Parts: sequence; C-alpha cells; structure tokens
Amino acid sequence: MKLTDTQIWRSIFRHRFKDTERNRSLTISSNVFLHLHPVTIPAKAARVRFTFCLGGLTFLMFIVETVTGVLLMFYYRPLPEYAYVDIKLMEHTVRFGLLLRNMHRWAAHAMVMLVMLHMLRVFLTGSYKPPREFNWVVGVLLLVTTFLLSFTGYLLPWDQLAFWAITVGSKMAAATPFFGVEGPFHEWLGIHSQNDMKFLLLGDSEVGGNALLRFYVLHCVLLPLGCALLMLVHFWRVRKDGGISRPL
Amino acid sequence: MNELKTIDELEKDKTGEQELFAFPELVFKEFLAILAAMIVLGLWSLLMDAPLKEVADPNWTENPAKAPWYFVGLQEVLVYFDPWIAGVCLPLLIILGLAALPYMDPNPQGVGKYGFRGRRLAISVFLSGYIFWFALILIGQFLRGPSWHFYWPWEDWSIVKAAEPALTNLPNPLGLALIAGYLGLGIAVTARTARRRRLGRSAQIKFICAWILILLMFGVMGKMALRIFLHIKYIVSTPYFSI
Ligand code: HEM
Repeated sequence: MKLTDTQIWRSIFRHRFKDTERNRSLTISSNVFLHLHPVTIPAKAARVRFTFCLGGLTFLMFIVETVTGVLLMFYYRPLPEYAYVDIKLMEHTVRFGLLLRNMHRWAAHAMVMLVMLHMLRVFLTGSYKPPREFNWVVGVLLLVTTFLLSFTGYLLPWDQLAFWAITVGSKMAAATPFFGVEGPFHEWLGIHSQNDMKFLLLGDSEVGGNALLRFYVLHCVLLPLGCALLMLVHFWRVRKDGGISRPL
Repeated sequence: MNELKTIDELEKDKTGEQELFAFPELVFKEFLAILAAMIVLGLWSLLMDAPLKEVADPNWTENPAKAPWYFVGLQEVLVYFDPWIAGVCLPLLIILGLAALPYMDPNPQGVGKYGFRGRRLAISVFLSGYIFWFALILIGQFLRGPSWHFYWPWEDWSIVKAAEPALTNLPNPLGLALIAGYLGLGIAVTARTARRRRLGRSAQIKFICAWILILLMFGVMGKMALRIFLHIKYIVSTPYFSI
C-alpha cells in the first residue's frame, strides 16, 4: 500500500499533488498558513520588483525573533545579579548559544530596517490611498511596536551599552510636558520623581532591577502579543482592501 | 475541475488583467526570498558577534552614551532642541503625522506604481523627511564622539574638542515674531489657497493640517540651521520652557 493512500496521510493532506489547476487552488485554500494568500492573484501583484518582499521579510524577521527569543528565554533570568552572567554563560557554555544570540540581535536590527523600507515602498507606490488608509495606520502602529520591541530588548543583556542607552532613552520620558519630572509644567499636576512618566516606565526613578523586569515582560510577552495581533489585522486588511495595490 | 476557471479563462477576466495561481507562482518566490534572507542572516550571525560590553555599572557613565541606532537621530536632535521637544513632542508628531498622512493626501494618482509625476509634492515632502531621519542617524551614529562632540571618522576621540563657539538666545520679542511670522504666514497662505481652491470644509481642514505638519518639519530643520550658522541656542526662552 502506498503511503499516500493510507488513512493517516489522507487525513492530513486533503488533496493530491498532481499539478492540476484544482490542486493548485487546494494547496492554498486547504492550508491555514498559505491561505493568507488568495488562490489567484493578478500577475502584477506577484512581481518582486513591486514589493521587494519587504513586508514579508519583516514578518519573517518577526518569526525568527520569536523562535530564537523563546530559546534564549531558557537561559536568561531578568535580574541584575543574573542577567549579564546568563548572557556570558550563554555565549561561552551553551552549545550554539552565541549563534542564537547573534541571530536574535541581527534579525532585530534587520526587522527595524526592513519595516522602515517597507513603509517607504508603500508610500512610493501610493498604496496608502483609499481604500488602504486604515491599513497604513495599522502599519504605523506596527512601526512603533517594532521600535519598542527592539528598544525593550536592548536593556536585557544588562551591559554598559544597554544600561546607558536606556538611561538616555528614559530621560526622554522624564521630559514629557506635564507628566515628566523634568518636563515643562509638571508642577501644575504635582508630578515628582516618584510618580512621573519615567517612574511608570522604569518602576523606579533610575534604571535598575524594576526596569529590567518591566522591559523583560514587555519585550517577551506584551509587545510580541500586540505585534502579532496587529499583524493579523494588517494581513487581513491587505486581503480585504483588494490585495496588493495596483494601477487602476 | 468543473466549477474552477482555467488559467485561460482567468487571464481573460473582466479587467483583462492576467491572473496567476498563488501556488506555485507566488509561493515559490516567497520561498526563495526566505531562503536568501535566512542564508544572509545565518552567515552574518556566524561571522559577526552581537556586542556585549562590561556589566552595567550605574557609577561609571559611558561617554558617549548612545541610544540604539534607530533612535540616534532623535538623540542628535537633542543638540538643537530641549528634551521635551526632541524626545517627546517631535516623535509624537512624527507618529501622528504618519498616521494622518493617508487622510491628508487627497491626490488619487499614483496608486500601485512607482513614479514621481503626478505626486511631486507628496513624494518630495516625504522623501525630505525620510532622508533627514537617516542623515541624523548617520551623523549621530558615526560622527559623534565623547560628550556628543563632532568627530570625523578619521579623528581621534581621545583628542578633546574645543568648546563650541558661545551661543546666544534671540531676544524673546524677535523670537516670538519669527515663530509667529513663519507659522502664521504659512498658515495664512495655506488657508487662502484652500479658500481659493473652493475646497469643502473637511478638505480645507485636512489641507491646513497637512501644511502645519510640513511647516513644522521644515521648522525643525530651520532651527537647526539657526544654531549651526548663527550660533543661536533658543529662539524663545522662558522660565518654563524654551524653544
Ligand atoms: C511589523 C511590521 C510590518 C509587517 C510585518 C508588514 C507586512 C506587510 C505585508 C506582508 C504586506 C503585503 C505586501 C508587501 O509585502 O509589501 C504589507 C502591505 C502593506 N503594509 Fe505592511 N507591514 C508592516 C509594517 C507596515 C508599516 C510600518 C506600514 C506603513 C506605515 C505598512 C503599510 C502597509 C500597507 C498600506 C500595505 C498594503 C500595500 C499594498 O496594498 O500595496 N505596513 N505589509
């Protein structure tokens, strides 16, 4: 009996693979992942030189980050006493630990770069124009989320680079008008260093253990979930808005 | 295969546009893109190690302390503006401006293709901002040394830079007049143009909002020029805030 005739195989794959038009359609429509795509697309929408795959590659980097990130979590504890040591140990004693960390870091940079380039492509092709206005807005939220994901991750190695970069960044929160202890008009609302924006961000008035924990939870849970949710809406809207934009 | 159209039928769809099956035509291209990206990322990660300095020490300040590269542009703006502008208002305006962009651009032309003609203004403005953003990042990342002094790549960071030429503030009346003149005149011209074009009420508001944002963007560049060429620190300075 052929493997492809067994009940198990047939229960997993709903159709044959002979290259027929019916099977080409079913490959897409009977696979939850591929079903992100329509079964057929305008030839223009499949041109690499239109999208340069930038949105898709941004998504790929997000997937790489998720996979490598979860693996990194097995070796990392978000406490000032451990964080740096854990990274060092990962690099020197965990098999492929250094490669894992490198991939996570470089894919993060690539994601930030790609999302900005994707935005440029969408702008230059006028793809934000009706009916795609709202998906552009979702995109802007994705852009901000991508920045925040990368920024919160930056603190986690707990080295000098991380510590002072976040110190510089969190000074900005302190400068928020009305709500930051160094911002204009903060006296009006009775804002001081224990209740301002920076304190909300860091869980303290300086970068320390609380900030590390906050950034860790944001980086590993809240922001990835938010990002995934936004991507869901983003991809769905690409379809609902009539697919990749093309000349009328 | 009964209810499904054949490729030939699909090709001759109402629009006359050629349609392809997403599988394998598109999925295969995606596969190649993923493969290429993973090879590049893999090699890069094998050859280049992620940076890791000494353990964080709150008592030992890094100098210069640089933000991650995508925020270094904003950090560079800190030279020219107080933190509440450079670190809070400006990023907020950029985000809001980007989000509002599709609603402020009424021009229906240029969808689905690259091209400058038909969208000259929108593309010029967006590209100015986009290039400016990256220019600031390049300066902040590669040309700033200790205490955020300017160093060419071939200059030695250990040689301390001379202090900047003394900066002066514009007298407040002059500064206020400058800001009011720049924004006021800009908005007045915009409003007049909007009226002359007989735009409807909401189109008028969108038009003016777009121009306020554009004026603010070029205003940021203008303020930087004032500091670089005329050594002016603040245009307006009060005990509460300064611009
Ligand atoms: C994590 C970030 C993002 C991901 C993963 C993502 C992904 C994608 C993908 C896969 C597409 C399909 C076409 C393509 O690949 O170009 C797309 C289209 C689109 N994206 Fe994004 N995107 C992101 C961020 C953004 C941003 C920052 C913007 C704009 C500010 C944006 C606006 C759009 C719009 C308007 C479309 C429809 C384009 C068209 O119809 O031609 N996206 N996005």
